[in-house]
Amino acid sequence: MKSIEELKKIREQTLKTINLRKEDGEDAVRIVVGMATCGIAAGARPVLAACLDEVSKRNLANVSVTQTGCIGVCRLEPIIEVYVPGQEKVTYVSMDEDKARRVIHEHIVNNKVVTELTIGAEGA
Amino acid sequence: MKDLSLSILDIVMNSVKAEASLIEITLEDDGNLFSVHIADNGCGMDEAFLARVTDPFTTTRTTRNVGMGVPLFKLAAEQAGGTFSITSEPGKGTELTASFEQNHLDKPPLGDMAATVTTLIQGSPDVDFSYRHATPKGEASLDTRELRETLDGVPLDTPDVLSWIQDSLCEEERMIQT
Ligand SMILES: Nc1ncnc2c1ncn2[C@@H]1O[C@H](COP(=O)(O)OP(=O)(O)O)[C@@H](O)[C@H]1O
Ligand SMILES: [Mg+2]
Repeated sequence: MKSIEELKKIREQTLKTINLRKEDGEDAVRIVVGMATCGIAAGARPVLAACLDEVSKRNLANVSVTQTGCIGVCRLEPIIEVYVPGQEKVTYVSMDEDKARRVIHEHIVNNKVVTELTIGAEGA
Repeated sequence: MKDLSLSILDIVMNSVKAEASLIEITLEDDGNLFSVHIADNGCGMDEAFLARVTDPFTTTRTTRNVGMGVPLFKLAAEQAGGTFSITSEPGKGTELTASFEQNHLDKPPLGDMAATVTTLIQGSPDVDFSYRHATPKGEASLDTRELRETLDGVPLDTPDVLSWIQDSLCEEERMIQT
């Protein structure tokens, strides 16, 4: 059973490292997950969880993951948008947990857009 | 929606959008009836608007588009032998109750409430959520106001805090599963 004691420890630990977090800085990368009705119905909740997990596992301190309402194209949900400073926004469609992890690995870590998963790609 | 936890996530997002500062989510399972109660102190709706929200097809939609979240949830309850009601007051807030016959063939499974609550807190770390789920076996609960006290300034959307929330709720949910 997880206890309040553990939460207190997490608090202490976080206070020690909080200055290392710089997701509001200039080099901040943003991942935005569409969480409106159609997104949730299509599986956005586990996609969001996968994004959060991947970002935290890889210690990507300058990456934030946020939720938004309707991105607009219901049949292409779950949709995530990736904002890298100095680059155009990239919209990824028909996401699942594996695809989302792949986007983080290839696009955000290796700086290579996963073209086949973007909104313009054939078959998407 | 595949399960009730996803419907609840969607419905509570309305409360978040209505700029509520406190949202209460109460699930009660008495063995026969499963009820979902959601109350917020957000912007509320007037009567005419509320009528359109619950029944998007009976009235002409001229001023704005309303979505399908609320009607879908209402339908889910009614198809499972349950009832649905929603009351709202502009400037005060909104309350919604849906019930389901526990053993009805069309009652969707509950799904992962720990994931739903964690997702809500991650998306709106400054909103307070009070969650309670009672079954004949016991109770699972979480109140962000209490967590905030313990965390004393550390945000609720800190990754390790979110993991703690998800894990502890998951464990509590498992204990009261019927
Ligand atoms: N708790 C609430 N507080 C205030 N307004 C609400 C609430 N729930 C629903 N609404 C209003 O009803 C509308 C329809 O809700 P919904 O059926 O979930 O569709 P959507 O969220 O896609 O608009 C919302 O856009 C909002 O204006
Ligand atoms: Mg909605």
